This record gives sequence, structure tokens and C-alpha cells, in this order.
Amino acid sequence: MDIIKKILGIVWIAMALAAAWFCIFDFGLPKFSTGKQEDLVFGIIILFVLTPLIVAGLAAFGWFALKGEYDAKKM
Amino acid sequence: MSDKSTRGIWKVISASSMGTLIEWYDFYIFGSLAVVISTKFFPDANPTAAFLSTLATFAAGFVVRPFGALFFGRLGDIIGRKYTFMVTLLLMGGATFLIGCVPSFETIGYAAPILVLVLRLLQGLALGGEYGGAATYVAEHAPKDQRGYWTSWIQTTATAGLFVSLVVILATKTVLSAEQFDQWGWRIPFWISILMVLVSYQIRKKMHESPAFAKAKSEGKTSTNPLKESFGNKYNLKFVLLALFGATMGQGVVWYTGQFYAMSFLKTVMNVDSNQVDMLLGIALLLGTPFFVFFGWLSDKVGRKPIMLAGMLLAVLLYRPIYKTMYETVNLENRPRAEAGILPDGIDVEKGEVYLLSSANYIDGTVTSTRETYELDESKTLGMGNAKDSKTTVFVNDTDKWTLVFLVWIQVLFVTMVYGPIAAFLVEMFPLKIRYTSMSLPYHVGNGIFGGLLPAISTYLVTNAKSSGDPKFYLEGLWYPIIIASISFTIGLLYLTKKDMTQND
Repeated sequence: MDIIKKILGIVWIAMALAAAWFCIFDFGLPKFSTGKQEDLVFGIIILFVLTPLIVAGLAAFGWFALKGEYDAKKM
Repeated sequence: MSDKSTRGIWKVISASSMGTLIEWYDFYIFGSLAVVISTKFFPDANPTAAFLSTLATFAAGFVVRPFGALFFGRLGDIIGRKYTFMVTLLLMGGATFLIGCVPSFETIGYAAPILVLVLRLLQGLALGGEYGGAATYVAEHAPKDQRGYWTSWIQTTATAGLFVSLVVILATKTVLSAEQFDQWGWRIPFWISILMVLVSYQIRKKMHESPAFAKAKSEGKTSTNPLKESFGNKYNLKFVLLALFGATMGQGVVWYTGQFYAMSFLKTVMNVDSNQVDMLLGIALLLGTPFFVFFGWLSDKVGRKPIMLAGMLLAVLLYRPIYKTMYETVNLENRPRAEAGILPDGIDVEKGEVYLLSSANYIDGTVTSTRETYELDESKTLGMGNAKDSKTTVFVNDTDKWTLVFLVWIQVLFVTMVYGPIAAFLVEMFPLKIRYTSMSLPYHVGNGIFGGLLPAISTYLVTNAKSSGDPKFYLEGLWYPIIIASISFTIGLLYLTKKDMTQND
């Protein structure tokens, strides 16, 4: 089980990068060019709140998993 | 437990739950009265006011809550649980009461939306601090092997708060005429809050500090810097991340799908009459609420993890079939009509528009009402071309209504599975001295950010799918909760162990 947790650490880091791409280029930045006020607020929240949380949080979780911090003996 | 200690814990539960319910009530009436609030404080025609309106909706609901969790969590771990959640109660009640007192945009101009925005932010801060305090306070009073059961009463308050807000608004609307409600009656639900808060404050004031915290404080074992110990310490940080990604993130999206997306789907995608939707949601909430306590109790017997993960898995597997059935239950295609009629609704010569109201009765008892807007030509005569705007409202028949109640109730059941045991789960994951801070942040990020953004993200996905001609556009909004809950389920299944969840018994 510890091996699976470590390997999945790479998956979580990759997922954090994919989420960053999606949140910035597919979801966040296009909101700034619609000209609607509500989209502007929504875009700001996506880029500056949701994206850092998902990306930094999931990447840190993946990094901990990869380094074996969630191994049974370390919990 | 002896009779005396059972009575004692019921007092703790009543005092804590009453206050938390009021906080949720306060938080929800703003959302439930959003339409009337926007006309009073944030007029559509004014772009700055509209900008402030969006900010009030998003910022208070999503961004500010985690900050409230950090600010009040720290206080709760340094000063004490009791005093901190009394402050959050007064802050929430005061802010809510004052929203009901702010003069309209017409009277004081930009000061009105700015004041409402500031008060709404205070509401978000207070909510961020309240939940962790109440959950911790109750859990620290409860016997170890009954924490799931006792804290589950706190878990009912979010749903009950939504329910009470709907009932108070409905009762106010019933007592007053539509004109009175629009002029001043909408302020009543805000004013009522201060009475409830004062009663709850008096009850909470008589309660004692959590015994575990009081003991730690008297022995000098409390934290001097809970933020640093919670998030600057690698060992604790990995549990914060595990709580967020392996539990609260999935719980948040399941919660918002069951209680809000279902409502928004019926109202905006299926055009079901707003009052009918509120009514059927109210019934589903009422029937579902006891299951918070049931699953909390069950989590004491079989563990928190299996129940929460089962709730997430069922949601992931069943959301699409449930929403497909909801769509088919309301969809009017191929449904035989009984009769139809058209009535002229009104003419606005100034705007150059004419409105036509038509209705259609279906053999099964379903009724639709359609309001179409046509433009008058230059000579102010009716040149009937294509309607400029058309809005159809569906009034579902009794059989379909109960089918929808059942389908929403199933979603509420998933909510009770993931949400019922989570307070006990979070409390047990973190040590006493940084518990308030450590559990509040993942809870409010999971619910406020991942859950709170669900309606906006899911609506965006539906709109995109609709504009690209996808015949199943109505199911596309579900990808967000399905993907997030799947990730959370996987992380929870593999990384959460019994030891993590009981290490702070």
C-alpha cells in the first residue's frame, strides 16, 4: 500500500499541473475578456483563490505522498 | 452515560446547535432574498453597484470564510472555544440585523451597496469561525465512543438553517401583501435574527468552557501560536491536506450539489416554478435531516471513513441517472396537451414592447405559463415577428412533484452520509491545542471554495454544452462534482487510516 501511495504522489502532482493549466487558460483568463462585471469577479476568484489552493495544495499533498510522508510508519 | 451527564450534554448540544442554526439562517436569508436585495441596493442599470453585488455574493460566501476560520480558529485555540463562538454569534447577528436597517440605494446612493458588502463580509468571517468552535465544543464534551452521534446534531444545523430561512420568508410573504413585502417586509427576516441571537447568546453565556480545553489551559498546555503549529509544522500540515483532499473537498461538492445545484437545476434549467421548487426542496430537507443523526450515530459503530466514502461513491455513480430522471420527469416533449390559450399581458409603449401571456394545460395535469416579449414597430403598432424574449414556467403535477421530492431526497441522503460524521472525523484528526484552527481551515476551504463555487462552475459547463449543441447539455454541469468527489474518494480510500482518525482521542 505504501508503494501505491508513493506512486500516486506523481499523479497528484501531475493533476495539480493540469488543474493549473485548466484554471488559468480555460477557465480564468477567458473570463476577463467577456466585458461582464460578474465574469470579472469570478475570473479573479478563479485565478487568485481557487487556482493557488488547488495547485499548491494538491502539489504539496502529492509531494508529501511521493516522499513517503503518508507511509504507515510515519502516521 | 448517567442521566445527569446525558442532561448535561443535551444542554451543550442545544446551546451550540441553536447558535449555529441561527448563523446558517443569517447566512442563507441573504441568498434567499437576493432578488429583492439586488433591487434595493444593487440596481442592475448601475455597473458599479452590480459589481459590488457580485463581490458580495462571491467574496462573502467563498473567499472570506477560510479567513474567518483562521482568525477565529486561532482565537479559539488561545482564549477558548466558548468565548470565541459567542463572539462569532454576536458578529453574525449584528451584521444580519444591520443589513435589514441599511437605507436603499435610492436614499443614500453608493453608501448603501458598500455598507451591505461590508456587513456581508462580516457575516462570512463569523460563519468561518462559528462551525469549528461549535463542533469542537460539542466533541470535547461528548464521550469518545459517542462523538459521531453528538456532533451530528451540529451537522443538522446547516440544513435546518436553510429550512428555517425558507419558512420565515414564506411566512412573512404570506402575512404581508406583495407590495408591503417589497417595500419594507423583506427587512423582517433580517430583524428577527437579532431576537434569536440574543436568546442564544443568553443560553451560551451560561455554559462552561470545554472541559478538555479548560484542563489544558490550567496546565499551560495550550498553543501560543496555533497558526504556526497548524500550518508551519510539516507533521500537522500533511493531516490538514489529507483532511481537505481526502474528505472535506468531496463532502463540500456533494453538499452543494444536493442542496443547491438541485434547486438551481430545477429553477433555471428545467424552468419549474420557483415556489414549487422551494416547497419540494423543503420537504426533501425535512425528510432527510434525521439521517444526519443516524449516520453520525452509525459512524460511532462502523467508523467515519466507510460512511463518508460510501456517500461520495454513491453520489459519483448516481448523479447522472438521478439528473437524467429529473430532466425526463419535467421535460414537456411528447407530452399530450389538453388545451392552450393566449392572453395579452401588457403593453409598454415607452419601451416599444408588448407582452403576451400564454398558458397550456397538459392531460397529466402539468401546466405551463409562457411570457413572450415582442417589439412594436416604428408606428407603435404590433408587428408580430419572432419574440424578442420568452420565459416559460412549468407547474408540475402532483405525481411528478413527489417524484422530484424523492430524487432530491436521495441527494440529501448522500449529503447526510458525507456530512453527518465529518465534525467528529475532523475533531479526532487534530490535537486539542490546535484543533479549532486546524479543523476549521480544511472545512471552510472544502465547503466554501470547492463547494461554494459549484453552482457557478456547473452553470458554466451547462451553458457551454448548450451553446455547442450537446443534446445532453443538462448533465454536463455534473462533471465538476463527479470529478472532485472521485478524487476525494480515491485519496480518502487510500490515504486515510483508522490511526489518523483516532490519534487524538
